[in-house]
Amino acid sequence: MAVLTEEQSMLRDAAKTWTQEKSPVTAFRKVRDSGRPEAFDPAAFAEMAEMGWTGVIIPEEYGGSDFGYLSLGLILEETGRTLTASPLLSSALAAASAIILGGTDAQRAAWLPKIASGELIGALAIDEGPHHHPEKVALAAAKGGAGYKLTGSKTFVLEGMTAGLFVVSARTSGKSGDKDGITLFLVPADAKGLTRKALKLADSRGAAVVTFDGVEVGADAVLGSADKGYDLLEQTLDRARAGLAAEMLGAALQAFEITLDYLKTRVQFGQLIGSFQALQHRAAKMFTDLELSRSCVEAALAAIDDNSKDVPELVSLAKAKMGDTLHLVSNEMVQMHGGIGMTDAHDAGLYLKRARAAEATYGGQSYHRDRYARIGGY
Amino acid sequence: MADFGGGDLDAFRADARTWLEANFPPSLKGKGLMMMREGEAADTADYTAWRDAMGAKGWGVPTWPKEYGAAGLSAAEAKVLQQEMGKIGAWNPIGGMGVMMFGPTLLEYGTEAQKQQHIPPIVKGTLQWCQGFSEPGAGSDLASLATKAEDKGDHFLVNGQKIWTSGAQWAQWCFCLVRTDTTRKHEGISFVLIDMADPGVEVRPIQLISGNSPFCETFFTDVKVPKENLVGPLNGGWSIAKRLLQHERSSLSGGGGGGGAAAALFGGGPLDALAKKYVGEDENGRIADGELRVRITQHQMEAKAFMLTLMRAAAESRSNSGPSAATSIMKNAGSKVGQDRAELMLEIMGRQGLGWEGEEFTQAELNAVRTWLGGKATTIYGGSAEIQNNIISKRILGLLDHQ
Repeated sequence: MAVLTEEQSMLRDAAKTWTQEKSPVTAFRKVRDSGRPEAFDPAAFAEMAEMGWTGVIIPEEYGGSDFGYLSLGLILEETGRTLTASPLLSSALAAASAIILGGTDAQRAAWLPKIASGELIGALAIDEGPHHHPEKVALAAAKGGAGYKLTGSKTFVLEGMTAGLFVVSARTSGKSGDKDGITLFLVPADAKGLTRKALKLADSRGAAVVTFDGVEVGADAVLGSADKGYDLLEQTLDRARAGLAAEMLGAALQAFEITLDYLKTRVQFGQLIGSFQALQHRAAKMFTDLELSRSCVEAALAAIDDNSKDVPELVSLAKAKMGDTLHLVSNEMVQMHGGIGMTDAHDAGLYLKRARAAEATYGGQSYHRDRYARIGGY
Repeated sequence: MADFGGGDLDAFRADARTWLEANFPPSLKGKGLMMMREGEAADTADYTAWRDAMGAKGWGVPTWPKEYGAAGLSAAEAKVLQQEMGKIGAWNPIGGMGVMMFGPTLLEYGTEAQKQQHIPPIVKGTLQWCQGFSEPGAGSDLASLATKAEDKGDHFLVNGQKIWTSGAQWAQWCFCLVRTDTTRKHEGISFVLIDMADPGVEVRPIQLISGNSPFCETFFTDVKVPKENLVGPLNGGWSIAKRLLQHERSSLSGGGGGGGAAAALFGGGPLDALAKKYVGEDENGRIADGELRVRITQHQMEAKAFMLTLMRAAAESRSNSGPSAATSIMKNAGSKVGQDRAELMLEIMGRQGLGWEGEEFTQAELNAVRTWLGGKATTIYGGSAEIQNNIISKRILGLLDHQ
């Protein structure tokens, strides 16, 4: 565990208490089984906002606390433990980051206070296919009149059904796959020509296909500079990836601890199954991987807070290493629980499904290993 | 048919072809895996007609003895039959636990009366069996099972709970392990046959992480089991169970009679083509994601090694009487290949492979995620991967328990 400031310790303790009391896994199960369209509990999210969680990375002048990414990561780790479904990552981290990093004073003043207070949900509308490739942008933004006209669609938009504001990557020149020619836009969800459709995924989190049918926006909707949005997009995504990795760390830790507890209570052949070396060594391997993963996740978050040059490298390391660890732990959780782990009544399946969805979001292990090598110049 | 020379086989081939062409409904062509997986959902008129025809012919279990309605074919003839079926897309409609596990075991251990009563309906495919082995407290340590069968003179009175009774909601009969002696562990277990119609039997399907409910909890409350339903000697059930589990492992790994399990491992088409579709290819026709390409290759090579081992084992077993301890290797190797494939399939499809429902996903995509989740059970049921490794290390490698 990173050395925390007093504020960070308090924040983490508060997050631990709240998630365990107000948002245990049973709460997520209830949301899932209700089939409610938001795919999260709005009352719970309101409480999170009330506690200031939605403003952790937002500057004080815009209603946040400016505690930084490591602090928000501590909260996400706790919500990850109990599989809490909420727009915290999508809105208060990802969308907020884009506006903090690229927004004009006017854009910041218009949107950040609302995100910080929780009254507005922001979402990144980035991907256009099943795999994460932020440079593969075909959605066209054609110049016309005083602004642009957006035509195309985005998929796997997290919290896409409840978002009031989208950060959209669009192509203003070049072709899909070019890093040049990408521009980010801020598009309100009620813009004319914008439609959305919910996606039902295995992890039961909120996602949508968002379609832009000639959506007109003004020139003031451009976030950052026209045609040169890719760097801003990458910086934004790196923050989202690090935050997601923190959530994955929490999920993996909880999955591991539940499994460890089972090894210490389940009796077969007249002994605790945890007394078998075949299982002990696998538990030790998971513990080792979790420790290594924590180092990577915390280093990535701290690098963001320090505005360090190695953010991309550390983020790809964190997302890939954390993905591998969560992959392993979620599989072992089912296997070590045996038959009971295969039942829907047990939580193992929930962690397994969340694991694969989180792995695939913002680039899987394969994507980030390749990116790590590219950053390293080999 | 004493002479197995080419002439007789050719004649058999011609007869089989004629019969298959006359009896296999073309509407069922290529639908075998899907329909057999759906269990009782496959209740169409064509399916029933095909099952009845194959059942009457005894070709569902072609090598089983003639006196119980099977065809009594030689291994060579059975192979010819399989080849001819493959040529026209026909498939064996008669399967399930009765065929794969219980039938072979009863043929080996049952009394003549038991065989006369229970084998013909399995041959005809008209009756389903389920397996009452595992209990909530007896999973990997199966022999610790506690379902009690009290001796009441002409019958046993059975009380207890079983879990993971596959297909219990559709089965008419259950082959079941019960405790007839509480003072001894393995030597206190008996193998009995229970009529699921008994009012003391209650079945509750279990919902799995895949959303399906192929397994049940089965409760026995004062169920009367006539003494003639005891298979083998009293308190001699454990060795019968071990033999049956060998048949189970053999069928689960795709060996033995059921090629269905192996087909399931490789269903959904080749991964390389799938990857080119979802991930794209570079200018040289390689899968665009180089790292994924390597892992797909590793998997394909592992799968090929497994298939070659299956074929070698099949060739070797023709000179033996049945499955050997080596089947334990097959189960772990096969389930690993299947699970790796399912994981790769999801990764190849990206988030399209994580769809739970809805028209934004193709049927193949929705199948991928359910198959992936359901497949996690393959290293748990039928003796977990850990139990298989124990069997390999102790029985085959001669390694000792921790002293």
